[in-house]
Amino acid sequence: MDVASAKLIGAGLAAIGVGAAAAGVGYVFGSFLNSAIRNPAASDGQQGRLYIGFAAAELLGLMAFAVAMLILFAF
Amino acid sequence: MAAEGKIDPMHQFVIEPIFGSFGHNNPFVFTNSALWTLIVLGTIWLFMWGGMKRELIPGRWQIAVEGLISFVDDMVNVSIGPEGKKFLPWVFTAFVFLLFANLIGNMPFGIVAPAHPFTITAQFTFTGVMSLITFAIVLGVGFWKHGLHFLSLFVPKDAPFVFKIVIAPIELISFLVRPFSLGLRPFIAMFAGHVLLDVFGNFVVQALNSHSAGGIGITILSLLFIMFVSMIELLVAAIQAYVFAILTSLYIGEAINLH
Repeated sequence: MDVASAKLIGAGLAAIGVGAAAAGVGYVFGSFLNSAIRNPAASDGQQGRLYIGFAAAELLGLMAFAVAMLILFAF
Repeated sequence: MAAEGKIDPMHQFVIEPIFGSFGHNNPFVFTNSALWTLIVLGTIWLFMWGGMKRELIPGRWQIAVEGLISFVDDMVNVSIGPEGKKFLPWVFTAFVFLLFANLIGNMPFGIVAPAHPFTITAQFTFTGVMSLITFAIVLGVGFWKHGLHFLSLFVPKDAPFVFKIVIAPIELISFLVRPFSLGLRPFIAMFAGHVLLDVFGNFVVQALNSHSAGGIGITILSLLFIMFVSMIELLVAAIQAYVFAILTSLYIGEAINLH
């Protein structure tokens, strides 16, 4: 296998991580909504933690995307 | 940028000199990065200046500025506690700078031909230095206030001795990684979004140039996707600034209160 096609396959594999991060972000918001509907009065105070969890999950997906871009363009 | 057949989404992040040149080890070069930093700072200055009239009955502009300040003030007070007032200047600076830099980086200035848009927060130099300042504050405040007792931050308080031996190195590593991840987060969010927009913008150009029936469909799909990503980017721009500010105040609060 030559380097060019290996690069494309590697970038495609790295993009799987973006889908995994999508599941993570969905889980963060889903479980927030689950508990926020049970106790709406307490949900406003937890918005900060919601966005911290969202950012932590989203960062990993963005890093997978950046790795794919680095494989494609910078390597 | 949209050269024949070859998509180059990294070109938008290249730092180019506007006045002067990089040759002869010349350190004083006015680059596009410097220009857009000045534009961001000028916008912040205008926004704050317009709202600092101290009128008894505030107008819309003053309410916007005061709302922004009290928003950050509440966040700092909740995360740090009564001593949070001292750290409001840095948290507010970081929040407003990231917010304005991200939003201005997302504006479609490229429509005007000579204005080459450049996102300063898509460079790790900016966000990395900001997270280094945060950690200089955390370390300085921690050691100033608690002395060597600050190192007890890495040891859980009410845990069996065996647990403490295992957990302390993990906590230390997690503390050492924080400056990196704090700076990496806003940088990579902006970076990835702009690469995505550039790639799909090139799809539009190439599909239109192909003059085929399928090209129109690809163009419409790509345009819809660009609209979607642009809206997500506006959301992400605000969320990343918010997350940077809240994590900064959490870390400073941890250094002050030690658990």
